Amino acid sequence: MSVRITLATSGRILRQLRHDRRTVALLILVPALLLSLLYFMYDDAGPTFDRIALIMLGVFPFTIMFLVTSIAMLRERTTGTLERLLTTPLGKVDLLFGYGLAFGLAAAVQGTVAVAAAYWLLGLDTAGNTGLVVLVAVVNAVLGVALGLFCSAFARTEFQAVQFLPVVVLPQLLLCGLFVPRGQMSGWLQAVSDVMPLSYAVEALGQVGAHADPTATLWRDLAVVAGAAVVALVLAAATLRRRTP
Amino acid sequence: MDTAIEVRDLVVDRGRRRVLHGISCAVPAGRVTGLLGPSGSGKTTLIRAIVGVQIVESGTVTVLGRPAGSPELRRQVGYVTQAPSVYADLSVRENARYFATLYGLDAHAADQAIRDVGLADAAGQLVGNLSGGQRSRASLACAMIGRPGLLVLDEPTVGQDPVLRADLWAKFHALAAEGTTLLVSSHVMDEAGRCDRLLLIREGRLIGDDSPAAIRAIAGTDDLEEAFLRLIRETERTEVPA
Repeated sequence: MSVRITLATSGRILRQLRHDRRTVALLILVPALLLSLLYFMYDDAGPTFDRIALIMLGVFPFTIMFLVTSIAMLRERTTGTLERLLTTPLGKVDLLFGYGLAFGLAAAVQGTVAVAAAYWLLGLDTAGNTGLVVLVAVVNAVLGVALGLFCSAFARTEFQAVQFLPVVVLPQLLLCGLFVPRGQMSGWLQAVSDVMPLSYAVEALGQVGAHADPTATLWRDLAVVAGAAVVALVLAAATLRRRTP
Repeated sequence: MDTAIEVRDLVVDRGRRRVLHGISCAVPAGRVTGLLGPSGSGKTTLIRAIVGVQIVESGTVTVLGRPAGSPELRRQVGYVTQAPSVYADLSVRENARYFATLYGLDAHAADQAIRDVGLADAAGQLVGNLSGGQRSRASLACAMIGRPGLLVLDEPTVGQDPVLRADLWAKFHALAAEGTTLLVSSHVMDEAGRCDRLLLIREGRLIGDDSPAAIRAIAGTDDLEEAFLRLIRETERTEVPA
């Protein structure tokens, strides 16, 4: 692992992003626009909007970064740049952490804009600090990046890669406690929910919503999400093969 | 004569098909060796085995004294794939500088490589907006940055205009004169005469491994295309039916 190569790789990915202005605009604006939609759906602000908008601030970066990364990594595979990179001194971990860092930074910008819009324009109200919401959003985005890098190994085409979104993201969204509180689910569903990292991110956001100061549960949940992201990155590294058939 | 690459009894299967049937050859150091053969003959597979990205069935490939694909070789072997593997959404300069950083080199080395392939005027352009020929030169520049001891180029001159093609071959020989070993594949026989040594490959088997002059002498013709044809007929005649 080389810090210089990891940073250079992040820089390269961010430069690629910068040349693609439409993607940048979509990344930054879409979450804020979707939150506005929620605001009007729930007849302006109120407790229901507060609860759902807060969860969405974690769900959007996770979903979007999962999709963006799995396509970006697939492009590295199909255009031959991955094969070439693996014949250079670059380590597999340098590449994956480079992706995590680059899209983590992009998620920080995206999260800040979405949180600013939610609190100032849409009147979102939480007991806890807005900075913690951004933090959970960024950690969640890195989880999305890590799972995207891992899943791209199982897709041969972009067509297949997007099909992993309903497989990986939707079950987590359904079981994270947004639709039915996790405590009210049957035992086996709760067990499934317990092994899904998004459940912890949503719980962490709930903690920020309900408590003025960061709670022990919040830090534990964040650690679980971050740990899941690292595990996914290590699994993704295992899918990168220098030698292929 | 020093040997840069030594291939022994190399057998490679891709899918269920045997692509290389026990190839043995040696590539001399500090020379330009041409790997020639028709499309589908196994050139790219042999090249992939040499740069160490191909899973091989049996046999050995030794590159600069080490097994192909050894970590130490990653600084010493430059590889240009057949399809230009550079980032289309970055400029030529941004691509070159990224690859320079991977080798621990600075922007100056990147700019020099861009000048070497004649892309100085297009350095600020996105690779995606370049012509096919320019794109493959951008890819070549990224491989030349680290000043590797061995450059493995898979069809680098395809789609280049004749003047640039001559420039590139002159560049290859200049690099060889400085001690770089080059292995250049091509399916165009008129490029064979520009090499110091030739490896002729057909249907996964080596049918010629000599200097162009020697191959002309063996086949009894000055035309390398014709010489290649005669060697093919010779091999088919002497082959024992299975």
